[in-house]
Amino acid sequence: MTFNLRLIPLLPFLGAAILMLFGRKWKRDTVLIVAAGAIAGSCLVAFDAFFTALPRAAAGGGLHDVVGTWIAAGSLKVDLAFRMDALSGLLCLIITFIGFLIHLYSSGYMEHDPDYPRFFAYLNLFCGSMLVLVLGDSLPVMFIGWEGVGLCSYLLIGFWYTSNANADAGKKAFITNRIGDLGFLIGMFLLYQYTGSLNIPEITAAAQGGGALMQPLWGATVAFWAALFLFVGATGKSAQLPLYVWLPDAMAGPTPVSALIHAATMVTAGVYMVARMHAVYLLTPGAMAIVAIVGALTALFAAIIGFAQNDFKKVLAYSTISQLGFMFAGVGTGNFDAGVFHLFTHAFFKAGLFLCAGSVMHAMGGSGDITIMGGLRKKVPWTHGVFFVCWLAICGVPFFSGFFSKDSIIGGAFGTEIFDAAINPLAGEHLAWVGKAVGVVLMLAALGTAFYMSRLYFLVFSGSETRASDEIKHHIHESPGAMVGPLVVLAIGAALGGFIGLPGGLLDHPEWNLLADRLRPVLGPEMEISRAMEIGFMVGSVVLALGGIGLAYLFYGGGYREPARKFAAAAPRFVQLVRDKFRIDELYGFLIIRPVKAIAKGIFFVVDRILIDGFLVGGLAWVVDLVGSIARWLQGGDVQRYMAVFAIGVAAIAYLATQPMHTFFSNALKVTVNGLTVDVDAHRGSIAANRVLDYSFDFDDDGKPEVTGVASGAHHVYPQPGTYTVRVKVKDPSWGTSSTLTQKVEVR
Amino acid sequence: MGLLGWVTLLPLFGAALILLVPQEEESIHRGLGLLTAIVTFVVSLLMLSGFDAGQAGFQLEVNRSWIAPLGIRFHLGVDGISLWLVMLTTFLIPVTLLSPQAIGIRNIRVREFTAAMLILETGMIGAFLALDLFVFYVFWELMLIPMYFIIGIWGGERRFYAAIKFVIYTLVGSLLMLVAILYLYAQFHAATGGYSFDYAQLSHLSLPASAQMYCFFAFALAFAIKVPIFPLHTWLPDAHVEAPTGGSVILAGVMLKFGTYGLLRFALPLFPLAAAQAAPLIAILAVIGIVYGALMAFVQDDAKKLVAYSSVSHLGFVVLGILTLNPTGIQGAVYQMLAHGISTGGLFLGVGLLYDRRHSRKLSDFGGLWAKTPVFAACLLVIVLASVGLPGLCGFVGEFLVLIGTFTAQKLWGPAGLTGYFPAPKLMGGIAATSVIISAMYLLGMYQRLMFGPLDKPENRAVRDIHGAETWVFGIMVTAAIVMGLAPQPILNRSEKSVEAFVASYRDRLQEAKRNPDVPPHIYPPLPAAAAEGGGTP
Repeated sequence: MTFNLRLIPLLPFLGAAILMLFGRKWKRDTVLIVAAGAIAGSCLVAFDAFFTALPRAAAGGGLHDVVGTWIAAGSLKVDLAFRMDALSGLLCLIITFIGFLIHLYSSGYMEHDPDYPRFFAYLNLFCGSMLVLVLGDSLPVMFIGWEGVGLCSYLLIGFWYTSNANADAGKKAFITNRIGDLGFLIGMFLLYQYTGSLNIPEITAAAQGGGALMQPLWGATVAFWAALFLFVGATGKSAQLPLYVWLPDAMAGPTPVSALIHAATMVTAGVYMVARMHAVYLLTPGAMAIVAIVGALTALFAAIIGFAQNDFKKVLAYSTISQLGFMFAGVGTGNFDAGVFHLFTHAFFKAGLFLCAGSVMHAMGGSGDITIMGGLRKKVPWTHGVFFVCWLAICGVPFFSGFFSKDSIIGGAFGTEIFDAAINPLAGEHLAWVGKAVGVVLMLAALGTAFYMSRLYFLVFSGSETRASDEIKHHIHESPGAMVGPLVVLAIGAALGGFIGLPGGLLDHPEWNLLADRLRPVLGPEMEISRAMEIGFMVGSVVLALGGIGLAYLFYGGGYREPARKFAAAAPRFVQLVRDKFRIDELYGFLIIRPVKAIAKGIFFVVDRILIDGFLVGGLAWVVDLVGSIARWLQGGDVQRYMAVFAIGVAAIAYLATQPMHTFFSNALKVTVNGLTVDVDAHRGSIAANRVLDYSFDFDDDGKPEVTGVASGAHHVYPQPGTYTVRVKVKDPSWGTSSTLTQKVEVR
Repeated sequence: MGLLGWVTLLPLFGAALILLVPQEEESIHRGLGLLTAIVTFVVSLLMLSGFDAGQAGFQLEVNRSWIAPLGIRFHLGVDGISLWLVMLTTFLIPVTLLSPQAIGIRNIRVREFTAAMLILETGMIGAFLALDLFVFYVFWELMLIPMYFIIGIWGGERRFYAAIKFVIYTLVGSLLMLVAILYLYAQFHAATGGYSFDYAQLSHLSLPASAQMYCFFAFALAFAIKVPIFPLHTWLPDAHVEAPTGGSVILAGVMLKFGTYGLLRFALPLFPLAAAQAAPLIAILAVIGIVYGALMAFVQDDAKKLVAYSSVSHLGFVVLGILTLNPTGIQGAVYQMLAHGISTGGLFLGVGLLYDRRHSRKLSDFGGLWAKTPVFAACLLVIVLASVGLPGLCGFVGEFLVLIGTFTAQKLWGPAGLTGYFPAPKLMGGIAATSVIISAMYLLGMYQRLMFGPLDKPENRAVRDIHGAETWVFGIMVTAAIVMGLAPQPILNRSEKSVEAFVASYRDRLQEAKRNPDVPPHIYPPLPAAAAEGGGTP
């Protein structure tokens, strides 16, 4: 069914273009009306499409909109086309709705910034790109959005460009993302090579057919490598091991940007992409195992780093990396709708947390140092309330949104049958452990999440004392309505969002799981695990959540407590190592960045300057120069030199003239073979051609010539086939000079 | 004279006219130069509108006898490949002449500079349109002379060194090419009894394998130097750094394309077997060039040198695309030539503008300019991103198609029984694709060092944003970069038929040559009746 889907990304793009061209001279309110209006319009169209048009569309295809042919060359044809199904539709709702809230919030947060129009232009550009990413009907169109959001991220991280640190962080984000993009591109090329198409529906159809993508390649299947390379792209965009390093630095950008781009939307693009390409992934449990393991390890690793960070936004950044790991563990275990479900709930509670961070930092005069906070519960009550709800949601406290989504990921990891060779014939025997191992790691990560988030909550809001200087304390105030309003909406989402994905099966009402119901035509039936297991995991994860919170309370309730100090004193080097993020950045610098730069510099001097310009170009010039100066010296006007040259010349001519023939260019003989008969002609022309010469032909090179005489040609019949050497000696009787010619002949 | 004759010779007439105006009337020189260039552009638009995208062969031909006894004919024609390169030329020349920085900071002899640019334009258009190898050679050498003067007179401190290096490098290749052209001429006579330099006829001449190898080497060397293909590239950074802005724009924007155009138009079709045998080597050199150029750009502190090395990298994609010998890759190569003209032309204009303002090209002398020059910064950002290959801008389309073509190179050739000539397509494509990372590193690095960071150098406080004609120049380039990124199809549609015909005929001739590698020079496929009459007699 066609629908004017192009409007959804077009409106924000138009907003961005208008603001870039004219915004600089406009009043702030006008800028806001254009920017927020554009995204609000887009939001309305998206809601209309999702709730009105989409249910009426055919089950698999969804809504479709072809703008025109974008690139067609040779056998390749890529349309600029958009498609909305339940999956991309859900993402559109998240992007436009949360995007709109963050536009509103930013009007307060960026109120005093001189570059207000530029900020909103970038925000609109980002929303447009993100919508292209999710709506794109083919991988290249998706890639427009994929790179577009990367660009906006680059621009917004470095928004306050006068600081080199911010610009560096932006560049780091872009380049790290590009490393991932290389993987994305190669995955795309592999899919094109073997399926002949870049359109997602066609690739999905080809994958469901199996054949083309199951061909062997590099010791595995095409599907494995395509899925793996695409996942490399996802690790870049979604900040997973080992490419996560850009996201913490990205916190240099304005906080609304962190909330929108680096928490709710852009960083989830990798998860979306894996879910979008699920048909390819399902062909290759090996690649899915890698996705799940990387996701689980990232979830745990980032959570551990989160234990020791003292910057409000840095904690949230590592928390985002960790939560994205959960989502990948979900899609990697074949539990696609759980991964998307967590993406949805995370968008609300993490955006809420970030905006609270912005609000707190706003109150604290721009500082995000949690060691100087404390006791803010009463001073910023609205912000505290929102943070409180979002904190419970991310910890997985029952009936808040994160509880449902995280639980379905962990349960799915234990219950998955993807890696079970007995049930899934594609899986190898050696993969059976993956699901349970991932589940255990995720449970540890969930415990860690509850701990570091509670640490953050207690250090910032609990207690009665704010540890900051009096000057800062004096200024602490609640944020304006424009900022608090969106916060409250997000808190409602964070609290209630989980109910769209109720574990219906458990309650004997599968239709209560609205999300799975809508996603089923796209992602296939949801995973089912036994009731006993489900209840068991539910109880287990509640225990973990409460345990993490309790432990954090022991350490940090009401401020730094005795156990926290003791722990820090007991293992100072370990704490420092965690605080330094395990020094992974330094490791990359040492292993990759500095060597590349040094090698490039070295090559530049050695190859370009010395080898090519010095030896080759310079050497050629030197030879020409040398010949020139010898020639110049010879013709310097000195008669004796002229005489010497003259004498050498005469001698050379005399020598050549007395040679019976030149063997200068070639000493080959003219040989004609005919069976065992061979005709040899030694006449090669020479300066002395018209003289009578003596020839002796030795056809078998035994020192005894078979034919001698003044004729230059000779004829010989060999007794038996074989390879012989013919040696011809030519003598000039008048000068007494001679020369020899040899040639191999093969007779059969 | 025909439409193509006008497009070719109009700039030359303009140049002659300008040289008649007294030395001191600089505004007249500039005005006349710009007018000539714009009129030429308009005439080239007529050519574009008269071009039939449905036809593969040469169109709008001009074909008159020139030096009859030798069979030399003034033969011009345009197909889907040369069409766009001519359009690129007629587009870039007026933009360059509009730019106040084109002449560089040695702002002398405006008359001669303008005339040299226009003579250069005639040389370039003529060489793109020439269908007679003699005429091609004349135009090929004709464009060398003005560029030599442009670098040598209006260049920077080491301009003499750079100009002479440029000329000698180019001449070394082109003289060998001349020898090969004369050899072809003689062999054509041996095979048919007629004398002709005509491309349409010589491209039917099938040489034995060994002769193909020598001739291909001679042609390929000339073109490889021009591209430049690693390791023949060291003239390029010197020429670019010393050339005035206008010279750099045209050198990178148009002249480098003669290398790749020559490979596509002459070296491959004339010597199919030798080209196929050399393809692995050239493809490997192209991939090396892509990575090598990018790495070299990464370590430069001189902005112009950085952009120059980036050309080595970007042109590597063009060469790689041509050698995929499938329509997707070659379409990508053609598109990449145009896109590179826009993005690198824009980069040189940008660097030239900063050099004009600050008399420095060292990146370490800049920083924080965004605050002073927001409009220029925004324009430069678009151009930088186009060069990085961001989808939606011009640089992406070409690279993407080339990489797709590379990945599918072997697959398409399988049925023809010619697999194996393109070594490890996935590996080559994968290595080439690493430039998406490195190009982001050096170009965004450059951009950051120019525009971001604190405005801490006092000299930079006085830098003025673009205004007047400069706004037009950058506005035009930015628009071109965006339009070409979003709507490549009008261009690809018009080159499609010619590229497909090229691939089909190349394949056919290669198979014939593989069947008969040692047959003496002969005509294959048979000459069409009309063309056979064209040959002159002594």
